[in-house]
Amino acid sequence: MKILIIPLFILCFCSVSAQTFTTRNGFVGFYSKTDMEDIKAEHKQVYGVIDAASKRVAFTLLVKGFVFRKQLMQEHFNENYIESDQYPKASFTGTYTGEIKEQTITNVQVSGQMTLHGVSKEIQIPATLHWEGGKLTGKANFKLNPSDFNIKIPALVRDKIAKQIDVTVLMECNVTK
Amino acid sequence: MSRNRLFVNTSLCFFILLIVSFNAHTQDSSLLKTLDDAISQNRRTEYVQATFKATQVINTPTIEAPPRGGLQFMIMHRFGKLNEGAYALFGLDNAGIRFGLDYGINDRLSIGLGRSSFDKVYDGYFKLKMLRQARSKSPVSISLFESMNHVTLRYRDKPYISGRYRSSFQSALLIARKFNSRLSLQLTPSWLHYNLVPTPEDNNDAFALGMAGRIKLSKRTSLNGEYNYFSSDQTPALPVYHSLSFGIDLETGGHVFQLVFTNSQGMVGPYYLGKTTGSWASGDIYFGFNVSRAFNLKKDR
Repeated sequence: MKILIIPLFILCFCSVSAQTFTTRNGFVGFYSKTDMEDIKAEHKQVYGVIDAASKRVAFTLLVKGFVFRKQLMQEHFNENYIESDQYPKASFTGTYTGEIKEQTITNVQVSGQMTLHGVSKEIQIPATLHWEGGKLTGKANFKLNPSDFNIKIPALVRDKIAKQIDVTVLMECNVTK
Repeated sequence: MSRNRLFVNTSLCFFILLIVSFNAHTQDSSLLKTLDDAISQNRRTEYVQATFKATQVINTPTIEAPPRGGLQFMIMHRFGKLNEGAYALFGLDNAGIRFGLDYGINDRLSIGLGRSSFDKVYDGYFKLKMLRQARSKSPVSISLFESMNHVTLRYRDKPYISGRYRSSFQSALLIARKFNSRLSLQLTPSWLHYNLVPTPEDNNDAFALGMAGRIKLSKRTSLNGEYNYFSSDQTPALPVYHSLSFGIDLETGGHVFQLVFTNSQGMVGPYYLGKTTGSWASGDIYFGFNVSRAFNLKKDR
């Protein structure tokens, strides 16, 4: 019994497929479409890491990095809605289910905490992971509600901002270690 | 003896489980922490945005300007004086107006054209952002403002006033700082040059110092004020006062509405700085408004 315990003890500290994938140029875009106005923003400096051993993912970004087509829209986004001086970062940490295999696209369920505008919320989203050589690409499309994160939209512009915002994530991570 | 062994085994298992769960937990938050550390290390210079909501405080130009490819249309309106009494509806019967168009050539340089009804003055100017406020880089934003103003009013009794006699110039340095999300202040030293002055005792070159600021009352409203110090010794022919103005900004989408109270009738530098003949104490207060609308001309950014 004692002999079994020692390798079990050691095994707990070892990872099975010890591969971590990271990126500093991940992509997150969000899109709001209403009859009055279309709002589109893209962020191309998202920091992300996928730990294939423990099936954990995390990504974080500086909110000021979202680029809008209209400069005034970007200014209002930062000043009035997301309040980027007070809450400079948005992040997600979570785990995924499913086993990734080489040269295949795996459908996984990601669940974890999304933190935006100082508010954290549990979310579950379907995603795909494509493992090819030293590169792991994660893709996800989901919807978020601004109201869930305490983002106040005044009555005057309520018709210009959709109640649910479409979010697209594309993280092309390369193996580290 | 066996009970002791059982105790040791179970406690060891419990210990292992504790270590494993602890390890798993630190992995979770440590994953995010390594990202946060990397982001903090590589954080690029973030320039302060939205020091003011509009391109002018009330009359004084601010360091704000349209972005590259941005066009701004502006109407500045001043009614008559409040002390004109009820007969003139406290000044509402009279009106002075200035139309202006500003265009952003790039993120640092913008140009503008305007025309005031007062003296029928055409004005043209450029605004250059020389320094932008950024944490641990610069505590202030500094812009250069250069304008040329031309009077087109016909003087039937003075036909000799022509060409360059009708021009005046303003050269100003706009030094602004956004202290926090609520308070921004700007210092504006100006050099005015009048090509023609009424008497030999008047200076063709005059200097003014402007102090302006805004306090944000809510996300989309702010209270503004400006005080322009101008020594009347520079223009003894005309008794002039320092230009003092107050305003409230209301921002909605692409418009900024500014409701103003000022003792200056003119809306361009050589006029509101050096030719303010109204005084607050006498009730020479002009109520008015500035309205600006931003358009985006660039197709892709």
